[in-house]
Order: sequence, then structure tokens, then C-alpha cells
Amino acid sequence: MDSSSSDRRYVPDRARSVKVLVLGPFAVGKTTFVGTVSEIRPMRTEERMTRAGELVDDLGGLRGKVTTTVAMDFGRVTLADDIVLYLFGAPGQPRFHRMVHSLMEGALGGLVLVDTRRIDESFDSIDLLESARLPYTVAVNHFDGAPRYDDAALRDALTMADDRPLVWLDARTRDSAKQGLISLVTDILSRPRPEPAR
Amino acid sequence: MSPRGHRRNGVVRSYTATGGRATPSRTSLDEATLLIADAKPPLAGLQAQARRVMELCLPGVLSVSEVAHHLRLPGAVTKVIVSGLVDSGHLVARAPFTATADQHDEDFLRRVLHGLQQL
Repeated sequence: MDSSSSDRRYVPDRARSVKVLVLGPFAVGKTTFVGTVSEIRPMRTEERMTRAGELVDDLGGLRGKVTTTVAMDFGRVTLADDIVLYLFGAPGQPRFHRMVHSLMEGALGGLVLVDTRRIDESFDSIDLLESARLPYTVAVNHFDGAPRYDDAALRDALTMADDRPLVWLDARTRDSAKQGLISLVTDILSRPRPEPAR
Repeated sequence: MSPRGHRRNGVVRSYTATGGRATPSRTSLDEATLLIADAKPPLAGLQAQARRVMELCLPGVLSVSEVAHHLRLPGAVTKVIVSGLVDSGHLVARAPFTATADQHDEDFLRRVLHGLQQL
């Protein structure tokens, strides 16, 4: 892939965009996932955190990771000559909820990444998507040496709704990472659709 | 498991907060909204940041987030500038696809799925 010019490539003129969120705690692999699937070098925008009180309360344990802004990684992949998918990686912790709520508007769905060494840290992301009633898939990004649980135990630990898809993937390889997105779109297509109004 | 009746709980769209139609284009801007530049309106008179947005967008289509990244602007600032350019006719905004129950939507989603499988 060409390097410096590749981040300036434009999308096809006729394109319609599709937005999918990649949620999860810090260091679960969101940036890796976005970078693996993206056809352009992953990009980043800064979103200001405006609630000063939260900053004071929460930054203690996050030195060097967050200052007064929160970075949002995103990437892009062309799926057809008139379809481009945008992936936005965003943290699921409560202090970022306002930003994520705004991101969920206009999204097709979400992918929640889970690290089996700290499953509970993905709860918030699941709650966010549930409360927005946005379709989502839970994807275990399996790290070398991390415990493997069977799906039933994992669903139980995550208190996942039975009808939500659960997949295992490796965010570092595209063939594996894309399975999370395939699962999400397959699930959306399989949902019962309301009868059109007469 | 999923709580019912809590759709977009607590979220108030900004146009509600501003009482309606004062800033119609701004509220429809999404990070993934695609921007299509119209070369006809003159750039003269645009402020420097707005002119930079137009110079970036005139050669081709980009999303709001890509504009923010390339110009090193915060997302919220970018949305304000872009919405001004939509209001002045310099840019056309194409909102991202969201699923409804429409047959066309299903066709579109099948093409999304196909595209993912081919990656």
C-alpha cells in the first residue's frame, strides 16, 4: 500500500457510507481492529471532554493515556463501488458515554471487543448498545495466553442476551477480524422486519 | 435481556435543545456523513478554515471525520464549519446508511455483507 498519499485517497463519488462502532475497554484491541480492516492508515480525531468534573475524578489512573481530549480512531474500507464502511473505535467507559451516544446516532451497529482476562470491563459497552437498541455482536479478541472459555460460560459471564451473536477473532489479521463484521451484518439481515405500514 | 422502552435513553438531539430549525444542517451531520463539494459557489469571502475544507473536498468525496483528521481540527469544530458550508451551498452532505424495514435496505445490506466476505 502506498504510504503518505494513501491517507488522502477519496471515496467513490457515488458512495453511501455505513458506520459501525468498535467498542470496548482500553487496550482490548480496538485500534488494532480498525487498522487491520481499514484500507487507509487509521486516522484519529480529537474530541474534547467538556465535563470538567469528570476529568478531575477520572484521570488519576490514566496518566499519559488521556489528557483533556479523547482520541477517536477510525478507518475506512470500500465494500463496493458505491459503499464505504467507516469503523470508529471508541472507549466504552461511562466517562465517555456522551461521546459514544453521539457516535451511535446513525450507526448500523456495534462490535464489542472482549479480553477474556478482564471480561467485566466490556460490560459498559454492551450496556450502551443495549440501551440504544442498536444491533451488536460480541467479539472475543483472543490474546495469546488468555483463558479460553466455552461460549455458554462466556455468555453467562457477560450476561449476554441469548440472541446476540458471539464470535472469537484475532484483531491482528483481516480474515479473522472481518468475521466480527460479517456476524453483525448477518444478524441485522436475519432480524424480523416490521410489516410496512398500510 | 434488552430493556424495552429505553430507546436512546437520555439523549436529546441538539435541534431539540435549540428549539428547532435554527441550525437544520448541523444536526444532520454525522462523523460518517460524506461531503460532496460544489465547485460553482465562489470561495471568495470564505473564512480561512472554511476555505481549507473546500480545498480538501473539491477534488473528491470525504467524510466529516476525514476532513477533521486531515485539517487537524476537533470533530465538533469541523461540524460547525461544514454545516456553514452546507448552508451556503458549497457542500452537499450525504448521511450514512441506517437500516429500516425497506426492501431496498435489505438489498443494500446484502451488498455490504458480500463486500465484507470478499475482503
